[in-house]
Amino acid sequence: MSTISRDEVARVAALARIELRPDEVDRLAGELDVIVDAIAQISSVATPDVPATSHPLPLTNVYREDVPVPALAVADVLAGAPDAQDGRFAVPQILGEE
Amino acid sequence: MSTSTVDLVDYDDAVRRYDPVLGLEVHVELGTRTKMFCGAEVEFGGDPNSQVTPVSLGLPGALPVVNRTAVEYAIKIGLALNCSIAESCRFARKNYFYPDNPKNFQTSQYDEPIAYDGYLDVELEDGTVFRVEIERAHMEEDAGKNTHVGGADGRISGAEYSLVDYNRAGIPLVEIVTRPITGVGERAPEIARAYVRTLRDIFRALGVSEARMERGNVRADVNLSLRPTPESPLGTRTETKNVNSFRSVERAVRYEVSRQAAVLDAGATVIQETRHWHELSGITSSGRVKSDAEDYRYFPEPDLVPVAPSRDWVERLRAEQPELPVERRRRLQGEWGYADAEMRDVVNADAVDLIEATVAAGSSPAGARKWWMGELARRAKSDDVELAALPVSPAQVAQLQGLVDSGRINDKLARQALEGVLAGEGDPEDVVVARGLEVVSDDGPLLEAIDAALAAQPDIAEKIRGGNLGPVGAIIGAVMKATRGQADAGRVRELVVERVG
Amino acid sequence: MSEDLTRLTAADMAARLVAGTVTSVELTQAHLDRIAAVDGDVHAFLHVSADDALATARDIDARRVAGEDLHPLAGVPIAIKDVVVTRGMPTTAGSKILEGWVPPYDATLVERVRAAGLPILGKTNMDEFAMGSSTEHSAYGPTRNPWDLDRIPGGSGGGSAAAVAAFEAPLAVGTDTGGSIRQPGAVTGTVGVKPTYGGVSRYGLIALASSLDQAGPVTRTVLDSALLHELIGGHDPRDSTSIAEDLPPLVDAARRGASGDLRGMRIGVVTELDGDGYQEGVRARFAESLDLLRGLGAEVVEVSCPHFEYALGAYYLILPSEASSNLAKFDGMRFGLRAEPAEGPVTAERVMAATRGQGFGDEVKRRIILGTYALSAGYYDAYYGSAQKVRTLVQRDFDAAFEQVDVLVSPTAPTTAFELGAKLDDPLAMYLNDVATIPANLAGVPGLSVPNGVSDDGLPVGFQVLAPAKADDRLYRVGAALERALETSWGGPILAQAPELEVKP
Ligand SMILES: [Mg+2]
Ligand SMILES: [Zn+2]
Repeated sequence: MSTISRDEVARVAALARIELRPDEVDRLAGELDVIVDAIAQISSVATPDVPATSHPLPLTNVYREDVPVPALAVADVLAGAPDAQDGRFAVPQILGEE
Repeated sequence: MSTSTVDLVDYDDAVRRYDPVLGLEVHVELGTRTKMFCGAEVEFGGDPNSQVTPVSLGLPGALPVVNRTAVEYAIKIGLALNCSIAESCRFARKNYFYPDNPKNFQTSQYDEPIAYDGYLDVELEDGTVFRVEIERAHMEEDAGKNTHVGGADGRISGAEYSLVDYNRAGIPLVEIVTRPITGVGERAPEIARAYVRTLRDIFRALGVSEARMERGNVRADVNLSLRPTPESPLGTRTETKNVNSFRSVERAVRYEVSRQAAVLDAGATVIQETRHWHELSGITSSGRVKSDAEDYRYFPEPDLVPVAPSRDWVERLRAEQPELPVERRRRLQGEWGYADAEMRDVVNADAVDLIEATVAAGSSPAGARKWWMGELARRAKSDDVELAALPVSPAQVAQLQGLVDSGRINDKLARQALEGVLAGEGDPEDVVVARGLEVVSDDGPLLEAIDAALAAQPDIAEKIRGGNLGPVGAIIGAVMKATRGQADAGRVRELVVERVG
Repeated sequence: MSEDLTRLTAADMAARLVAGTVTSVELTQAHLDRIAAVDGDVHAFLHVSADDALATARDIDARRVAGEDLHPLAGVPIAIKDVVVTRGMPTTAGSKILEGWVPPYDATLVERVRAAGLPILGKTNMDEFAMGSSTEHSAYGPTRNPWDLDRIPGGSGGGSAAAVAAFEAPLAVGTDTGGSIRQPGAVTGTVGVKPTYGGVSRYGLIALASSLDQAGPVTRTVLDSALLHELIGGHDPRDSTSIAEDLPPLVDAARRGASGDLRGMRIGVVTELDGDGYQEGVRARFAESLDLLRGLGAEVVEVSCPHFEYALGAYYLILPSEASSNLAKFDGMRFGLRAEPAEGPVTAERVMAATRGQGFGDEVKRRIILGTYALSAGYYDAYYGSAQKVRTLVQRDFDAAFEQVDVLVSPTAPTTAFELGAKLDDPLAMYLNDVATIPANLAGVPGLSVPNGVSDDGLPVGFQVLAPAKADDRLYRVGAALERALETSWGGPILAQAPELEVKP
């Protein structure tokens, strides 16, 4: 059963901010199906009475005190930046911004 | 943003024919020393990107750890808003791509907020109390700051880009979300404003934030919808983002009421969308349409473990709750001896803190009120700014009143001195000296001026000598004029009486 | 001909350093020479940090001469999987999107390695962002199995396993999200340990799936793994999921196990991790190992874990979901690759999409798309939510099993190393490599793979031991006991059976 269509792959790729070539969309639509089908099997045991587990170990209340640690040097912060100006990261124009 | 084609319905007309429903989402930046999930120190006005760690920069491999004080502040806020505090709650990832969002997800809370089901009683200008239901208050982190740099050819140029500073990224926030606020009628703008101001007062009273609107410590998203009648189902709402002053909250509500009414009058439908608030023009403009961008793919943050505040902790914080604004106002009114109406005016002018500080700096309560609610309130109104934004401090106002009380200046001179302070000429003392505003207290020159005035108006001098003190004001006036206002009127009167007696 | 120092175990190197019969510079240089000689073929390393390693070695030698108190492993060289961030040393996670990125900070485990004075030889190859079971998904070309250069070294940590198997490093760090330490260990004839979740800090590991990832040792002996595990493990306040307790005594357990006495130890064979899909030679070696364990006094029983068959399905929902979010930060804005769209306006949104379209490989895109889909509106409960329920069921299976036995065992991987390219076009077949290792990641329990012989095709196979959470010491006791018994039967370590690599000048 095919569950993920080409359009769905394209929609999800946009949501994931990944530009895909048409041939990649085609291939992913085919491959993702296989995985989704394989996954359908788990629904038989994932019944409402079973609680979900998000963490392998049940820890709670892990905090740090509100005490400063040294910040990164600004030069280190910007060292990996594809583009920077005046101590800040330069990024292409953001649509929908003033 | 082009605005020329937007139709607006007159506000009063709009609220006669439509029932507005409000919803407010208020973000407050907590005043912790460090960020929500890392030890980067938070300080206002640091160099760009000087307050980040691998965590708040979202570098590969970095992991968050929750700031205990931020949780404590969130609980305090929840308690002050009469909320239940969750026995256990979790953080979740809100996934969306944006350059100011370093991980491209915001660590927030989703279906398990730390505080929920509360209310806040808001006192309106006429003294009535309006109850706002609180749906939830949750913890999250702030984003960085984009500065847009325009290209040489203006907005459409491809040369435009943004500069991003991540100092603000990761600062702890508490977001407080109301349930739909119904029954507001034509008072919608006033209620919205009063609600945000009351929250601001609470944040300060709790000591969880400096809550300075002008620094963006408190930011409101204003949801508004209209429906034909209070019995109708809720209409489509718009969310106006980042409205950052009390006045703007009021204006944004007013504007959206007028705009949406025009849309509905035209037979069109309101689009569910976020809108931007434009401070200068006082209008909102369309942002992105919600539906598509709203797929945030929330899921529990696997890098953090549940927050399960012990009941001991919560009860201790409840017991330690400081005096909240309503109680504080009641206490101050008693201490200051203001009438109900006077106190209400003070509250509505957002002058409680200013007057309290002025009194603390040595002024009488009456003197403090006189300046802040008189001369300074007029000035704020004509300059279209909040009272607190005027360039005068409570200490300066107290000093000014001190100069009056000691007789060194009179009220008229004091107003001139205040003008000097507002003009940036220094403290009242400095202005008085620099402008030579001191009251003439030496009797010599006063007597000279009195003698001259009596000689110039012999008929009046005669009446006074005959025991009729009625026209004495004419002599005083002449003396004041001769001394350019710097005479103490009371002393002049005494001297005139002595002279002719 | 002088002795080949690279053939020593890490424990022996450490002993000789202490005795003063070898220096760290000699050891480090020997490994750098070995890398130069064989890594052209093996391609275990993405970056070799010769100068940095030798500087550390010189420093340690000097401090030893000065009589300083040093860590037991001080001076023993180590290789680090390229998914672990290293200050001043390139870190790519096997991806083009991070090509040339030099992190401004060290992972906690790297801090500990540096503080203990282990020269870092370099960064090892891996499947891009640890997604894969063959190291063929590295953007920088595959690593080859030292046993047969036409075969995969396992994955994602094929580089670390191959480096250790090829004597390019005595110690390496790996990470294991669904078997990426243990499965490469099995197919390269090396030892690999996935500690209890929370046992080794994740701070500074480029996250694949946060609730599954664990770093651990990759070595040639069980004792060496215990030594490295004790060095890198233990509580780290910078990782909220780190266990705030001391590790159990692991080195002691390994030494105790090597004494060969397993009386009183109850060993459970997982019914569901044997049978269909397991290669004949893998099953034969497994059965022989069970006999050896019985011979050492252990009681071997069969235990059923009925929900393990659902583990793979759950894993392939949890992993991509978390990965899709963890990998969102690679967007060309702050670090790494920035690519511009081929045409149309250059906006932040379009540059992000172009960067991710060009910077990520096929497998990474595949999993991000799947994870985004699984989390997107309307699917959360059916997919991610259901998977989290299976996790509960797998945990319950483990809990019930560990009521009956002290450890569980299975073959580590169903087959020996396959040929490069054999499964590249079949993601599901690739995923089946991890069927035996995944349950431990879902439940957070520790697992070890120790080589237990060669299959009919002459390639090594691995024996997996699983223990309850925080009982990692049991892995070392059973693993060391089996290792000792096997080596006695072989008359030497398993790698002595591997063909010698051609040494290039
Ligand atoms: Mg909002
Ligand atoms: Zn928010």
